[in-house]
Amino acid sequence: MEIPNKHRIVTTTSEEVKQAVLFLLESVTDPEVPVLSVIDLGVVRDIIVNPNPESGGWSIIVQVTPTYTGCPAMDVMKTTIRMALLQAGFTDISITSVLSPAWTTDWMSEHGKEKLKAYGIAPPQYKQAVCTPDSFQEEEAIQCPLCHSYHTRLVSQFGSTACKALYQCHDCKEPFDYFKCH
Amino acid sequence: MHNKTLIDYTLHLADNALIIGHRNSEWCGHGPVLEQDIAISNIALDLIGQARNFYQYAATVSGNGATEDTLAYLRDAIDFKNILLVELPNGDWAQTILKQFFFSTYQYFLYQQLQNSKDAQLAAIAEKALKEVTYHVRWSSEWVIRLGDGTLESKNRMLRAIDEIWSYTGEMFLAASYELQGIREEYAVDLSEIQKNWVQKITSVCIEATLPLPADTWMQSGGKEGKHTEYLGFILADMQFLQRAYPDADW
Repeated sequence: MEIPNKHRIVTTTSEEVKQAVLFLLESVTDPEVPVLSVIDLGVVRDIIVNPNPESGGWSIIVQVTPTYTGCPAMDVMKTTIRMALLQAGFTDISITSVLSPAWTTDWMSEHGKEKLKAYGIAPPQYKQAVCTPDSFQEEEAIQCPLCHSYHTRLVSQFGSTACKALYQCHDCKEPFDYFKCH
Repeated sequence: MHNKTLIDYTLHLADNALIIGHRNSEWCGHGPVLEQDIAISNIALDLIGQARNFYQYAATVSGNGATEDTLAYLRDAIDFKNILLVELPNGDWAQTILKQFFFSTYQYFLYQQLQNSKDAQLAAIAEKALKEVTYHVRWSSEWVIRLGDGTLESKNRMLRAIDEIWSYTGEMFLAASYELQGIREEYAVDLSEIQKNWVQKITSVCIEATLPLPADTWMQSGGKEGKHTEYLGFILADMQFLQRAYPDADW
């Protein structure tokens, strides 16, 4: 257990504090997909840093947006963000939620997509026509993250978590998750 | 002075999402196949998440100490403003699918318009939820077609489902007093506008599913004004038991 110490991050300007917070958040991960940080996922929309004249420290506001409205991982992520900031010595922390503009998989970092693929989950395609309500649309050609074949099929639009669809590869026969476009 | 009409309208949106979400969650562990069990549980999660957003907003607007939990767990049936359709029992898979298809299509066009609401928070919740509902419409309409144009057994079950459910669809487009007021104040959705789109979508899917739709018939109503079927009481008894028996229980 590290002892919180507000002087541990020695900084002078709010911009430097913001960079330090960003660095910290890169180690806060999604509990369902632990290879992705909250920054990779694109759920952190803004970090607002202001001096707090009363304590002489910094006031930190982290704005997050949910991936899916009902995603239970969001509450865990907010708590983990708070814990990481507390451990770094910040005490004046507020985590706020913003809904608009709505989160999209387009906000996921390229680095995040690579990590996702290496973890065995097919990363989201760029947003495309599949995000319409029409039934029996032509399925997206999703690449198998294991054998890299495009010869795959959709098993179910709803997978192990709200953000994933279930696919199967015709070539290596392995089932895999696809982080669906949103 | 808080805006009673805005609160009622927001609660109506929340109650619809919560009650159908709760009904869907009854399928968890009982779905016909694993993938579909997961699908309907995911849809339940989306809907309960939408309900939370609306309840949180209603609680903020009321500013009287209400929270999302008190609104969900401590109101009685007469205070609930959901349409009757969402509280109907699940029945078989055909009835559940048809109910979901009718409701998701309604939500789809409703949220599309609600994005333009003068109320920024309602617009933001709708913008967010619309993406999820798009998947719900796609999933449920595919099932309507699969079952309607499927075997004799699946078709008969769909025909029975239409008989059971159709008379509960009219209430979606029958504006309650708080909706009329909300339309005047430009934060609520004009239902006559979305009705045309709804009928068009339902008709085209049902044609593809080779399912005939009934001619105009007498429609049930009352849920939006707190007059419910007996089913809602049983849902609340199940859903609210813990908070009623152990107030403020937390885990």
